[in-house]
Amino acid sequence: MDSNLRREIILDNYQNPMNKGLVDDDSYIKIKVNSDNCIDNLDFIIKVSDDKIVDIRFDGEACAISTSATSIMIRSLIGRRIEEVRTILINYKKMINEEAYDSDVLGELNVYDEICKQPNRKSCALIPSKAVEKLLEVLDNEN
Amino acid sequence: MHREDFLMLDSDIVYFDNGATTLKPKCVVEAMDKYYTVHTSNIHRGDYDAAIVTNRLYDETRDIVKEFINCNNSSEVVFTSGATMSINMVVFGYMKKHLKKDDEVLLTKSEHASNVLPWMKLSEEIGIVIKYIDLDDDYSFTVENVRKSISDKTKVISIAHVTNVIGDVRDIYTIGKICREKNILFCVDGAQSVPHMKVDFKAANIDFLSFSGHKMLGPTGVGVLVGREELLNDMEPLFYGGGMNSYFEADNSYELKKTPTKFEAGTPPIAEVIGLGEAIKYLMKIGMDKVHQYEKELKKYLISELEKIPNLILYNKNSDCGILAFNIEGVFAQETSIYLNHYHICVRAGNHCTKMLKDNLGVKNTVRVSMYLYNNKDDIDRLIDVLKNSKDIFKVVL
Ligand SMILES: Cc1ncc(COP(=O)(O)O)c(C=O)c1O
Repeated sequence: MDSNLRREIILDNYQNPMNKGLVDDDSYIKIKVNSDNCIDNLDFIIKVSDDKIVDIRFDGEACAISTSATSIMIRSLIGRRIEEVRTILINYKKMINEEAYDSDVLGELNVYDEICKQPNRKSCALIPSKAVEKLLEVLDNEN
Repeated sequence: MHREDFLMLDSDIVYFDNGATTLKPKCVVEAMDKYYTVHTSNIHRGDYDAAIVTNRLYDETRDIVKEFINCNNSSEVVFTSGATMSINMVVFGYMKKHLKKDDEVLLTKSEHASNVLPWMKLSEEIGIVIKYIDLDDDYSFTVENVRKSISDKTKVISIAHVTNVIGDVRDIYTIGKICREKNILFCVDGAQSVPHMKVDFKAANIDFLSFSGHKMLGPTGVGVLVGREELLNDMEPLFYGGGMNSYFEADNSYELKKTPTKFEAGTPPIAEVIGLGEAIKYLMKIGMDKVHQYEKELKKYLISELEKIPNLILYNKNSDCGILAFNIEGVFAQETSIYLNHYHICVRAGNHCTKMLKDNLGVKNTVRVSMYLYNNKDDIDRLIDVLKNSKDIFKVVL
């Protein structure tokens, strides 16, 4: 991907993130994510219905990579079935960790395919996937 | 000052992260090297030449600390692994034994985690009550605020002399006097002050003073607890083992050695203690008043230059030391530190272990510039140049 386009997408999602700001609604599952290596600290709320992600919202102070990755992840996941979410999550983590992955399922999330060049920012890019992972754990425990 | 003594400065860096840890002068590294290459040996029990040298250097460091900090005698100096361990020893070795339910301990919300969490844990264990001295608009506090916070139940005041984000210098001399009058124990976290200014243990009526070697040109892994001798005599060690006992028998009887040896169980960080002694000698040779004066001048220059840049928010212009916290408007602190790193400028972004300060500051994270004696105006000019061009920050960091 062209590096200017990549930067533009990241910056746009950082400065105008999707679904920032929480709502007080008990039908959402609440999830907190801190990163060990960087100083990000985000709260997520996620609504699941009929095996589908209906809504994800988030809030908190975080860097450009984790905020934009969260925004793009949210856009990519809303409306998906949980099985699709699992596939996206697995491939996203593989991409960040420099393993073989299927880029076709990742769509716009592919903008982070070179984040491995900045090793100290990997954990920022993994913030939204940590949140989704925690969600899947919650769902698995419910079943 | 003395840049030639610091090998790290041979590489093209501006080191502005002295609040986290400092560079080491050659003499410190050499003294430690010498221990490892010329007179390696344990302390206390050796009769051979190398051990005698090592023993002497280890013990001398206590005398050096005594002179540096002006306590009553060398046996008030306990070597620890750092300020964090020193504070934990005070809380769990002394306070746990002497405080009881509902006794009040005064802290502030700008304390480092190491001067909060041990108290919280003690509160959980024995029911002491933690109260926070009010901070003013500039996040510092006055002696009046301290007086207002003291109640009949106040047994301890435990505060940093200089805080690590705001860098406000607390008037420990007046506060110490109040504590003495009111029979309150006065614990001072000197991690950010002892390296940068004269701290007088006796004059400030301090009961327990904690600090770290690595923030004052010394090695990591060593720190100091200075405590009034009668208090140390009444404090329990947290660790038991070799070196700290006089005898022990199969019938469970034992006797511990005297202060400070009873607090130094096992093989201590010998090379590090020797290195710390060298670091303190180095600082004393320059003179702590000179170090402090120099840093204040640097800070003044830093502020005057930063104020010319429109899109910066400065959080602590007025504090009397070499620490400055700032943000670029609309830019997350970590982006700024990554950006500065592209120009080999080392700063720290984060909450700097003072997670409660966000209640007052309104932001959780800041970029912190913390200076030391080897920084100079050129360092500041380099920072200013890069910050002036920060409109391109995302081109650089993304
Ligand atoms: C004010 C203050 N107190 C205590 C500490 C803890 O020091 P150490 O990590 O060396 O134990 C620090 C370190 O950042 C500090 O800044």
